[in-house]
Amino acid sequence: MSTNPLTPDEITAIRKALDTYLRPEAAAVDALYIVQQRHGWIDDARLEAVAGVLDLSPAYLDSLATFYPLLHRKPVGRKVIRYCDSVSCWLMGSDRLAASLRERLGIGEGETTSDGAYTLLPHPCLGACHQAPVAMVYERLLTGLDPADPQGLLEEGDGD
Amino acid sequence: METKPLTGRFREDGRPVSLKEYHAAGGYDGLVMALSMPRDNVQKRVQDARLRGHGGAGFPTGLKWSFVPRTPGDKYFIVNADEMEPGTFKDRELMERDPHQVIEGAAIGAYAIGAHTAFIFIRGEYHRAARCLQQALDEAYQQGILGRKVMGRDYALDIHLHVSGGRYICGEETALLNALEGKRPTPRAKPPFPQTAGLFGQPTVVNNLETVCNLPHIMRLGPEWYLSLSRCEDGGTKLYGVSGPVNNPGLWELQLGTTAREILEGQAGGMRSGHELRAFQPGGASTDFLLPEHLDVPLAFDSVMQAGSRLGTGCLIVLDQQTCPVKMVLNLETFFARESCGWCTPCRDGLPYTETVLKDLIEGKGQPEDLKLLEEMIEWMAPGNTFCALAPGAMAPLQSALKYFREDFERYLGKG
Repeated sequence: MSTNPLTPDEITAIRKALDTYLRPEAAAVDALYIVQQRHGWIDDARLEAVAGVLDLSPAYLDSLATFYPLLHRKPVGRKVIRYCDSVSCWLMGSDRLAASLRERLGIGEGETTSDGAYTLLPHPCLGACHQAPVAMVYERLLTGLDPADPQGLLEEGDGD
Repeated sequence: METKPLTGRFREDGRPVSLKEYHAAGGYDGLVMALSMPRDNVQKRVQDARLRGHGGAGFPTGLKWSFVPRTPGDKYFIVNADEMEPGTFKDRELMERDPHQVIEGAAIGAYAIGAHTAFIFIRGEYHRAARCLQQALDEAYQQGILGRKVMGRDYALDIHLHVSGGRYICGEETALLNALEGKRPTPRAKPPFPQTAGLFGQPTVVNNLETVCNLPHIMRLGPEWYLSLSRCEDGGTKLYGVSGPVNNPGLWELQLGTTAREILEGQAGGMRSGHELRAFQPGGASTDFLLPEHLDVPLAFDSVMQAGSRLGTGCLIVLDQQTCPVKMVLNLETFFARESCGWCTPCRDGLPYTETVLKDLIEGKGQPEDLKLLEEMIEWMAPGNTFCALAPGAMAPLQSALKYFREDFERYLGKG
């Protein structure tokens, strides 16, 4: 038997989600978030372990995980940059912001820098359209960005 | 009397209104009033106030509630905080700045339909809003506002915050139900409607967050006051937003039925220098374009419909003369194609196809029959051909762009 890749805390948190939703399927997104919170993404071993706790099939859990853009089934960089590419940000220069980010990082959308520092992702409307263009780094929303100069965006959180 | 019931308590510093401040401004008085009445009276009060859904569809809220059967058994009340219509940023403000208003509204809605469990379904990107709501929920439990005896009365209510994994489709009410049940969030066929068979097969009402925030005030100050707030037949205020190349983009709570001109030229300060107004979408990405000639249309449910669009979310997106409308439509269709859940064929196949046709057109690879093809797409994805409103909504800006900006489409063909 291999050891369980979930920590006791994670298992406790998943069981707590089960108490809220009463049905294992309904607790699944919470459970996947719990795993991702600690590890940044959800690998196969942890997905199978969560499936074990919830008594669901790994395939079922994967069908959920792959549907949601905020759940990662592939490794991501330490900073995930999600720039908004929806209409209001597009009107205010998100194309140029994306181009400067690609150039600065040397990667395309959906890619991670070779040092594992950054992942660049386009994202639908982040709900701050009056402050366009905007992006999200970690859990923080950054607004009123300069499309030509993404440096502040890249440094976000470095001082924390 | 209050003229900005939803945003009037907002703090200047942007921090959420505290429970103490909320109480001091009459907070939770509406819930106490509701609990002192039979459920039917609460429903009637909301119907008399002519509150309509502020999430996009504009369905009368009290009427929606009235379809919930009176039989015993589990019922659910759900606040739809899955705000994801591009160009829309109103519900986030309400959650971050006055979270107790959301909780009070949810409690009133739950009581009105006889539910003892409610969910606030929030998109995963809204981290700050989720933290504000969770803190307010914790306070509400500590203070006996929620739990086994709501406000000390003989009514039990639990409200849970569900943080979703993203995806536009989750805002569609039946897809939202599947998401909450832990299924892949695809829409359900209707009927049965959620009011009779919703979450876990039980009667369920899903209301938009802004809609829910109106409930405490309707209870507290009454339908007549609520009707007096608006400039049209329906009651209340509306959170209107403006994004795009204007001088002062923002969000304002104004009388329902305020004109587009007052909002764009007044609140939003007009177009930025060097930009002229070409058109605007009145209520998010899935609403038909309107033109400068429509600026005096009152932005209310029926009047915008008569002008050929929808009030939608009330958040305006401004297209200037300097931006190509065909490229703007491509941006919109890229969003819709990406967000299609894939459940039904017209949407799953039709939207990426539409996106490709537009992209080719812009890249000079268009064919003379492309505009006809786009028109066929609009027919295939018309209301009634799909499980939900995603694809018909995606076609709204395309069809109005073809109507109003046809020469811009044709110009690309000329280049081909």
